[in-house]
Amino acid sequence: MTAHAVEHEHPPPIHYSSRVSPAVLGMFLFIASEIMLFGSFFTVYFFDRVVNNGVNGQWPPPPFHRPVFVAGVNTLILLSSSATVHWATTSIKRGNRAGLQAGLLLTFLLGLTFLVTQIIEYHRIGFNTSDTSFAATFFGLTGLHGAHVFVGLTILLVMTIRAFRGHFTPEEHHGVEIGGIYWHFVDVMWIIVYVTVYLL
Amino acid sequence: MPNPLRSEADAFRLVWAVLLFCGLVAIGFWINRWLGLAVLVVLLVLAIYWVTSRGRQEPPVRQAPAPSPPDEHRILVVANETVGGPELLSEIRSRAGDRHAVVRVVSPALNSPLRTWTSDEDQARAAAQGRLDASVESLRAVGLDASGEIGDGDPVQAIEDALRTFQPDELIVSTHPVGRSKWLERGVVERARERFDLPLTHVVVDLDADRR
Repeated sequence: MTAHAVEHEHPPPIHYSSRVSPAVLGMFLFIASEIMLFGSFFTVYFFDRVVNNGVNGQWPPPPFHRPVFVAGVNTLILLSSSATVHWATTSIKRGNRAGLQAGLLLTFLLGLTFLVTQIIEYHRIGFNTSDTSFAATFFGLTGLHGAHVFVGLTILLVMTIRAFRGHFTPEEHHGVEIGGIYWHFVDVMWIIVYVTVYLL
Repeated sequence: MPNPLRSEADAFRLVWAVLLFCGLVAIGFWINRWLGLAVLVVLLVLAIYWVTSRGRQEPPVRQAPAPSPPDEHRILVVANETVGGPELLSEIRSRAGDRHAVVRVVSPALNSPLRTWTSDEDQARAAAQGRLDASVESLRAVGLDASGEIGDGDPVQAIEDALRTFQPDELIVSTHPVGRSKWLERGVVERARERFDLPLTHVVVDLDADRR
């Protein structure tokens, strides 16, 4: 091996400032990509609403009815899960392992309840994705959020198993912190979806 | 702009902020469609103002006492292309006095915001490296113990980064005169004074006058 080859054996040193750390930049890019994804669905929804709202001024167009009450209860469930995941994170920061385990388990169960309730509601709602553009955008938006809940539940399941296996300490709990941020993000998106699709 | 999701606690607060935001908008729309729209616009403006104004606050960075020996004086110099000026060299020597002066020069890799965010920093770093080499050489030429590093494009951030590896007794910020200095326009010296708990000297170097 020549001396020249040895010089180029290692990758060049990484240059980055603490102003934009990789973790923060990664979170920014993630948020930006999610905003664009949900934004495209909201754009379609509002376009449909503006175009089709002029027929008789009613939204949703008859004979469709949105399950406002059940979705409202689901909103409370999801907000409760935000509180429990925050409790779990706070607990591990204070060294309270039982609080971490209980918080994560409760969060997972609440999230699962939300998803199961939404699936049951889909079966009972009385219309399908192919029934007019309203139905398609309704299922598109709520389904996109449901997919995020499913991903969040998978993350929560891994976090919960790790918590019960003794992982995470008051000093090292990055997995709980990042998973918690994702779960709160899912909650934020649901609040916007609920207000936009069900209430307005 | 600060990242609203830097920690789980921040994200939790964001959940309740969004709930309050959407709740007020929904109530507005319930009463009247135009009122709801007005509430939405007002809240959006307030939210944008709050987020951007929060970003301007820079918490002071506390500097631990420098562990330099009594006969040594450590100086952190932040300068772009103005290190070679005689004003700065004489200021450094007068600051050091009879003590052994250890000087660390930070040369910020000045870049456009777009290039910074796209990580296109090669040219900026190469230019900063050239200026840094010349600066260190000129300091060594007058007998100072000088070393240097390339810093962030934001001079204040470059100082903060340098403080992680070098504990100075004081800071020197070298700029062009008023009217030609972008750093002075951006309030770099004032921001550095607020942010760092260290004696700071501002040296104005007029390279054009020196050349004449």
